[in-house]
Amino acid sequence: MLLNQFLILGALLFCMGVYGVLTRKNAVMVLLSIELILNSVNINLLAFDAMNGNSDGNVFALFIIAVAAAEVGVGLAMVLLIFRNRKNISLDDLSEMKG
Amino acid sequence: MVLASDIQVAQNVGFAIIALMMIIAGVGVIAARNVVHAALSLVVVMAGAAANYVLLSAEFVAVTQVLVYIGAVMVLFLFGVMLTRAQVGKDAELNNKNAVVAAPVALLLFGVLAYVLLKGFSDDKIAATTGNGAKPQDTAVISDLIFKPYLLPFWALSFVLLAAVIGAIVLARKD
Repeated sequence: MLLNQFLILGALLFCMGVYGVLTRKNAVMVLLSIELILNSVNINLLAFDAMNGNSDGNVFALFIIAVAAAEVGVGLAMVLLIFRNRKNISLDDLSEMKG
Repeated sequence: MVLASDIQVAQNVGFAIIALMMIIAGVGVIAARNVVHAALSLVVVMAGAAANYVLLSAEFVAVTQVLVYIGAVMVLFLFGVMLTRAQVGKDAELNNKNAVVAAPVALLLFGVLAYVLLKGFSDDKIAATTGNGAKPQDTAVISDLIFKPYLLPFWALSFVLLAAVIGAIVLARKD
């Protein structure tokens, strides 16, 4: 297998995630797109790991999975809090900090 | 000299099927008109990623991916969809007006990334993971790495998880 087939797949998923983060208005959808980005990074790490033959990339991938789980927990708690205070989770309406 | 065993037809066919599935489901995540459909498409992407990890002989990470992502994170997402009552059903208010800017940005980013990758790693190969000379990723090796050279990051990560759990409880609590 070529290394590049995994790297290009990762790049494609990354760009889909970037598009999703930029276009979605619903906060839960933005978090879903961020998960897409994190998964593409994991594919890249494991592809390089398989090419180099040591297991460091596996450890990094496991760390990323743990950090992503923490991020989703805090992110969804924040979304829940925003929903409780404003009755919707549209990110375009959160503009109080705009100068 | 290219040996027949270097081409790995079975792995490449498997990769093509998995990659096609992941791309279609990825488009589903960013184009779905329904939050629940997007979340279920993300399950397919994550399962495809786990299958790719198996192809890359990283079985432990694949199992962790299935347990943590498909098991825990997706349940959390579906709870989030449910609790925010995020319009289960059709929803025209899902996207903002940024698509005109975001599509060129994403396409340009992909173009640059693909160009650099093709130029930099033109025909680097991943070593055969089956047959002679196979070197499966031993889970014991991973645990030795985590608990010897990466022990300090592992501790730090434990504190991050603890802080995230406490923070999530504090944020979401009704008082």
